[in-house]
Amino acid sequence: MTVPEIKEAILSILSDIAPDEDLSQLKEDVPLRDQLELDSMDFLDIVMELRKRYRLQIPEQDYPVLSSMKSTVDYLAPLMKDM
Amino acid sequence: MYDTIIIGAGMSGLAAGIRLAHFDRRVCILEKHSTIGGMNSFYRQRGRTYDVGLHAVTNYAPRGSRNGPLARLLRQLRLRWDEFALAPQVGSIIAFPDVRLRFTNDLGVLESEIAAHFPAEKDNFRRLVGSIGDYDELNLDAPAPSARAEVARYIHDPLLTDMLFCPLLYYGGSREHDMDFAQFCILFRSIFLEGLARPLAGIRLILQKLVKRFKSLGGELRLRAGVQSIAVNHGRAEKVVLEDGTELTARRILSSAGWHETMELCDHAPGEPMTGGLSFVESISVLDAEPRRLGHDRTMVFFNDSDRFHYKTPEGLVDLRSGVICSPNNFVYDAPLADGMMRITALANYDRWAELDESAYRLAKLRCYDQLVAAAVRHVPDFRGAVIDTDVFTPKTIHRFTGRQRGAVYGAPRKRPDGRTHLDNLFICGTDQGLVGIIGTLLSGIAITNRYLLE
Repeated sequence: MTVPEIKEAILSILSDIAPDEDLSQLKEDVPLRDQLELDSMDFLDIVMELRKRYRLQIPEQDYPVLSSMKSTVDYLAPLMKDM
Repeated sequence: MYDTIIIGAGMSGLAAGIRLAHFDRRVCILEKHSTIGGMNSFYRQRGRTYDVGLHAVTNYAPRGSRNGPLARLLRQLRLRWDEFALAPQVGSIIAFPDVRLRFTNDLGVLESEIAAHFPAEKDNFRRLVGSIGDYDELNLDAPAPSARAEVARYIHDPLLTDMLFCPLLYYGGSREHDMDFAQFCILFRSIFLEGLARPLAGIRLILQKLVKRFKSLGGELRLRAGVQSIAVNHGRAEKVVLEDGTELTARRILSSAGWHETMELCDHAPGEPMTGGLSFVESISVLDAEPRRLGHDRTMVFFNDSDRFHYKTPEGLVDLRSGVICSPNNFVYDAPLADGMMRITALANYDRWAELDESAYRLAKLRCYDQLVAAAVRHVPDFRGAVIDTDVFTPKTIHRFTGRQRGAVYGAPRKRPDGRTHLDNLFICGTDQGLVGIIGTLLSGIAITNRYLLE
C-alpha cells in the first residue's frame, strides 16, 4: 500500500469507530486523543481493527506511536508496503 | 464449540455480543425469556407497549459530545448518536417535607436551588461535585469506601444529604441506606452531571438497534433457551446445559444473569442465595391526556414524606413514604407520545409478595395501585379522573420475568467490579458487576469483554 492508501485505511477505521465525526478536517500531526478525544479503549480498537482488516500484529509497546495520523502512517508504511 | 457463550440478552449481554461478533468471535447469546431486554425490556398488553422499568436513560450527552459514558459507548458499539434518538428531560424535582429541589440536565439549576435552600452548603456542594468529576467508572479495580462517609466530608446538612441520595438510591441502590462511593460517583454523574433522557419509542428502539447489529455481525441469539446448569471440570466451565437438555460448549462464558444466579447454575459453586437486595412495586396509569394538560410538566418527582429518607426493604408489602413519579411524556420529543402516562415506583418486600396465594396477590396488586396513586397525588396534580388503563408490577413479577433472585432490581448488594468468578473462564457482567443504568450496564458488558474475552 502507498502512503495515501494507508492514510485512507486509517481514516476508514476512524470513521467506523467514530461515525459522527467529520474527519475531513483532521490535522495530521495533532494527537488523535486531542482532536477526537479518543481514549485508551478506542486506541485498542484501532489496533484490533488493523489486526482484523490487515492481519497486522502491533506489539503493545508500540501503541504510543499511534497517537497522530502522521506518526501512525510513518509507523505503518514499512509494515504495509507489500500489502 | 463457541468462542464465547453469553447468558442473558439484556443490555450488557447484547453489548458484549456486539463487541465479540464485531471482532469475528463465534458467539451465542442464550436468553431464557421469549424476548430480549432482561431488566430493561418491554411488553404488550391490551394493544399498548409498555417499557419495563425504564423511567429514563441516564448519562445523557447532547449530539457531538466526545467524552463521557454515552460517547464512549457509541464508539465501542460503532453507533451514531442519532441511533438512540435520546430526548432530554424537561426537568425534575426532589420533593421532601418543606423543601423542593429542582434539577435539570444543567447542573447550574441544582446548584442555584441548593444555594437558595441550603446557603451554608453551596460551596460544599461544589467541592463534592469536584471530587466526583474525575472519577473513572471503567476503572474496574477502584476501592469501595462508604458513600455516606465520603459525602459527609463535604455536606453537613442531613436533609440535603438525604435529598441527594434519594434519586441515586432509587436509580441504582442495591443495598439499604448506603452504597459504595464508586457507585455514588457513577450515579451522581449519570443523573446530576449528565442527566436524564428517553427515546420517543422507548427502550425497544435501543434493543432493536442492538439486536439487529449483533445479528448482522453474525452473532447467534437463542430465545427460550434457559440455562439449566454450567458443568465444571478442574476449575473450568466445561459446558452449558440448557433446560431442554441441549449441551453447548464454549471456551469462555460471560453471564449477565446476576452473581448469585450464576453461582447457582454452577456445579459445586461456593456461593449462597442472595440476602438483601432491593425490590419495588410500580404502578402504570395510562391517561386520556398528556400529563401537561393536567398541569404536570415535570419528568420525575422523587418524593419523601418523612423526616428522614428510609431506603430499605419495608416490613409490609410496600413503603409508601417515598417513591418516584415518572411521566414518560415529559421529555423534549419532536412528536408527542401516543398516550399520557404516569408511573409510580416505591420500595417493596419480595417475601411479603411471594407468600401471598393467587387471589390475595391479585387483590394486593389492586390495593397497591390505589395506595401508590394516592401517595403520588400529594406531589403532582390528581390525575385519577383521566385514567383509561392501568398495570402494576411487583417484586414477584420482576423475579418471574428476569430470573433475578428476590426481584432485586439493582442486583446483589455486593458488586464484583473485576467481573471474575471462581472459574478461570467464567465471567459476569451487568448489574452485579457494578455499573448501573442503561448506558452503565451496556458499558459493563463492553468493559468485561475488552478485558477478558478479546485477547
